[in-house]
Amino acid sequence: MTTRQTLLDKLWSSHEITRRADGVSLLWVDRHLVHEGSHHAFAKLAERGLSVAEPSLTLAVADHYVPVRDRASGGASAQIRDMISRLTRNADAHGIELLGLDDPRQGIVHVVGPELGLTLPGLLINCGDSHTSTHGAFGALAFGIGATEVAHVLATQTIWQKKPPVMRLTFTGRLGPGVSAKDLALNWIAKLGADGARGHALEYTGSLIDGLSMDARMTLCNLSIEGGARFGMIAPDATTLNYIRGRAYAPQGCALDRAEEAWAKLHSDADAGFAREVTIDASEIVPIVTWGTRPDQAAPVTAAVPDDAPEALEYMGLRAGQPIAGTPVDQVFIGSCTNARIEDLRAAAAVLAGRRAQVPGLVAPGSMEVKRQAEQEGLDLIFIAAGLDWVSAGCSMCVGMNGDLVAPGKRCASTTNRNFRGRQGPGARTHLMSPAMVAAAAITGKITDVRPMLAGREVA
Amino acid sequence: MTGWTTHTGRAVSLPIDGIDTDQIIPARFMSQPRSKGYGHFLLHDLRDDSDFPLNNPAAKGASILVSGRNFGSGSSREAAVYALVDAGFRAVIAPSFGDIFSSNAVNNGLAPVQLAEEEVNALHRALSNRAMSVSLDIQKGRLTLGEIEFGFHLDPVWTQKLVEGWDDIDLTRAWASKIAAFRSADRAGRDWAWPKRQAKDTAH
Repeated sequence: MTTRQTLLDKLWSSHEITRRADGVSLLWVDRHLVHEGSHHAFAKLAERGLSVAEPSLTLAVADHYVPVRDRASGGASAQIRDMISRLTRNADAHGIELLGLDDPRQGIVHVVGPELGLTLPGLLINCGDSHTSTHGAFGALAFGIGATEVAHVLATQTIWQKKPPVMRLTFTGRLGPGVSAKDLALNWIAKLGADGARGHALEYTGSLIDGLSMDARMTLCNLSIEGGARFGMIAPDATTLNYIRGRAYAPQGCALDRAEEAWAKLHSDADAGFAREVTIDASEIVPIVTWGTRPDQAAPVTAAVPDDAPEALEYMGLRAGQPIAGTPVDQVFIGSCTNARIEDLRAAAAVLAGRRAQVPGLVAPGSMEVKRQAEQEGLDLIFIAAGLDWVSAGCSMCVGMNGDLVAPGKRCASTTNRNFRGRQGPGARTHLMSPAMVAAAAITGKITDVRPMLAGREVA
Repeated sequence: MTGWTTHTGRAVSLPIDGIDTDQIIPARFMSQPRSKGYGHFLLHDLRDDSDFPLNNPAAKGASILVSGRNFGSGSSREAAVYALVDAGFRAVIAPSFGDIFSSNAVNNGLAPVQLAEEEVNALHRALSNRAMSVSLDIQKGRLTLGEIEFGFHLDPVWTQKLVEGWDDIDLTRAWASKIAAFRSADRAGRDWAWPKRQAKDTAH
């Protein structure tokens, strides 16, 4: 064995079946997650009369198109209902376990995988979704793929990939009150650009990362792709093990002992080399809000709108030089694979408790399990008392595929991952921010620095 | 998929940075089966503007798109590539591309040709207000537009795939015995990585 390996080196070599002369590796896939959008890949299989190689390593989850309000309707339109039933038919035909609309374990695929203990350190996880990097928070090699690759994984349980160089992103310092993993992510993306980590796998390290919960690590890894990185990962530690133990599909007993022995080696060696190194002191980071139409068009809530992107500002209906804080919003959305885990809901509820929202809003938990837990803790009552809609789990207004859209020209404070033109609906204006910041925007009806609103409150 | 090495076709300039896949194809069109064709969804919501470059009659029949930095960033939706391919595009030329978009493009015979920012800008200038033909040779890595000639480096793996029109599933079959050997060694050596099935019968 060579020394000086990075976490990526270790994950890569343990999955490499072969490497071609051109440097491309054939990798074994431990978990393949499919959703309604995977219909193109299933159609490719059907065209060629192929079957699924490893149905037991495949899980189907209905999330992108599911209704979050009226579950019994089965979907907002015939077309949407057909997307969900197509997933059911494909899962049935290939013997793939399905977490469908009425399954108590249903939720957003990147929330459900970890929750069920299907996501583990040392695994290679693929899904036809760019936010698959979320699972990298466990020290897994997790990356989003397109439909042709989904079909390939279905048919062979393998994927061809060229090993990318690694960029190490080290966070030092401490997060101030009201500052979260979302702000860390938007901070580095604004600094390095939406293509700042393009072509690289990201490894997040540093004393600050060591202190983050799994929910926060997942938010950070989830947003890797918004800075251009297909892979984001964090070495597993005691926090990771505590999260995994006892989950439904997680190994138990002797298998768990063997797993933990293997996981203990999953970290970059002290003297490992990285293609790029960036260090960020997080102590200076304040809550961040996007003002444009790309995730790197983001600035501290205390800043003014910059003047370097006239087209983005025209779309967003903003003027260069105006303060970001005070911008009126029409509605809020708390949800998505980025920020709809229990800690995200607690952070929003801590701000909303005893207060009333001035604008309408939707709170869509990341999974039905998160929903149950939030209801046990009484968070649902806080959202409802504030005047927000408390609904079921799904991708919902992050991507609008289920019909939950922001109307043209309307401005939405959103805990999601993309402020692209038209992402939340044609003409919709999206401002990305943390759950606590979205809660603050709901209460004041404007983009607002949440920090003063936390005074005297128990913050999760 | 049929492979290709050289292509000459009309080029259209779309000098915008960060055209993400949500713009290339808005999510609401992605439930259509591919057999119906995705070409008319291409950049759908940007085309509402009559001044949009792709609405220019000179862009009709274009097969090469010249755009800005970080083309195809965002969502992994392969439908973005389907929209380009079904609209007749064979190559996109830009200073940089989203990683997942590039993979998807190559898997569908669409070449993501990366040039330096100033070279792309030179193409945008040459193409402003007139339709011109661009010739590409992906094997030699040469691009020609009138007097302009640029070299480019396409990942050799991608070049070969585009040239041969390779289909990965067919290729991988040649490795079936290696895959089977890896699988059985893995089951024994990493038993913890194989999920225990729940008692619940969910398939039916």
